[in-house]
Amino acid sequence: MPPDLQSRPRLAAGCRLAETPASRTNGKDDRQHTLLMPERALRLNGPSLQIVQRCDGKHTVRQIISDLQMIYSKAEPHKVEQDILGYLALLQKERALDFEL
Amino acid sequence: MENSISNPLALIAELTHRCPLHCVYCSNPLELQARTSELSSEVWSGIFREAAEAGVLQADLTGGEPLARTDIVDLVRAARDAGLYVNLITSGLPMDEARLAALVEAGLDHIQLSFQGARENIANEISGALSHSQKLRVLEWLKSYRVAVTLNFVIHRRNIDQLQEMLALAESSSATRIEFANVQYYGWAFANRENLLPTRQQLDRSVEFLNREQERLQGRIRVEFVVPDYYAKYPKPCMGGWGRKLMLITPHGDALPCHAAQVIPGLSFENVKNRGLREIWEQSAAFQKFRGEGWMQEPCKTCDRRGLDFGGCRCQALLLAGDASATDPVCSLAPLRPKVDAILASLNLISDPVGAGPAPPAPEPVTRPSWLYRPNPS
Ligand code: SF4
Ligand code: SF4
Repeated sequence: MPPDLQSRPRLAAGCRLAETPASRTNGKDDRQHTLLMPERALRLNGPSLQIVQRCDGKHTVRQIISDLQMIYSKAEPHKVEQDILGYLALLQKERALDFEL
Repeated sequence: MENSISNPLALIAELTHRCPLHCVYCSNPLELQARTSELSSEVWSGIFREAAEAGVLQADLTGGEPLARTDIVDLVRAARDAGLYVNLITSGLPMDEARLAALVEAGLDHIQLSFQGARENIANEISGALSHSQKLRVLEWLKSYRVAVTLNFVIHRRNIDQLQEMLALAESSSATRIEFANVQYYGWAFANRENLLPTRQQLDRSVEFLNREQERLQGRIRVEFVVPDYYAKYPKPCMGGWGRKLMLITPHGDALPCHAAQVIPGLSFENVKNRGLREIWEQSAAFQKFRGEGWMQEPCKTCDRRGLDFGGCRCQALLLAGDASATDPVCSLAPLRPKVDAILASLNLISDPVGAGPAPPAPEPVTRPSWLYRPNPS
């Protein structure tokens, strides 16, 4: 089931975004964003990070879509929307989101 | 690939071996460590910081019963302050609501409440204590706190027919995850194996049932289930591979690559009081012993699956094959698989309890097995 465009996704209890040290082996000193969840962790970057940062219970799904369409204005808007809905569905399956109406 | 040692991802902190329960499948070693030798909160705080620096993302606070430590709230805070995701694995026993509130306030991310069954009598029998109703109370309290909840059921022959009731318990709670973990046959469970291994029929029924339920609960509760490896075709990648993902610290500070590593003869373990965590991870002989592929024998050595299951569990190889470097005998390709088949064959001769299955529930067997209960350390 695709998420309702009016709903406001929010990270579920026990799921949070953290900055963790990037892997030592790549030599660079940048920090890595990781979504920590019960018994799972997802490294985030680019669009996935932009999406998760907006899962705060304030942005609606529609707002997240239009924000990202602006940020990634070179991409085809419909494709951006489909990718976001797909990603939210994946996080929902992981049980990482609550959708507030 | 000896020169590319990956970072450890999770630190399993066995804070104590003390426990109000006496589960017949407890994963603690048969030699339990005494209270007087337990690490202080200061030492643990240092370990959490070192772990985070080494790339660890998550601390699993476990035991024994981690709540048996009077400083548990400080330990949770220390792990969280170090930057770790904090997971508490508890029986819920020495818990009251004020303590729960303090744990959540200190930064607890996830609580895994272990249940011994869905029914009072069997749960109490397995844990050797009156424990079930307290767990139900904790589950009620948890509804008012913002913390992830997993219900953890250890599955075996005496409770595998109660899966439906277990799921109902999860659905009536705030849990977002339910884990059906099959007993692993080491330590206490190995001693009690004959009374714990489910029958083939029980297993098939439960797999079918859980596949359906997984679908039904999708997006609400994550249902996780792993088939007991005696019945599997290939072994599990024990601990995600030796020295690849996990590091376990015992109550007095020994660093182990796996829960049962102490049973393997000839391995010696370094203590976090004497050496840095990262150094132990990268260099200690115990972590190097079965890392990579150099130690493997045939058939693993040339098998295509060796990068997937790493040859299975070293402790199981020792227990069943008498050689910790052997192919895990549960593997269908292992020379010693017939030994596992013989164990299953004799077990499956004993007929299944009549009327078992998710519904209607199985009648309780009248006779009670003679369990070997785990005691408490001094
Ligand atoms: S398995 Fe049972 S006895 Fe062992 S530590 Fe856990 S709750 Fe205690
Ligand atoms: S032979 Fe070894 S590597 Fe191959 S499947 Fe069996 S245990 Fe795994």
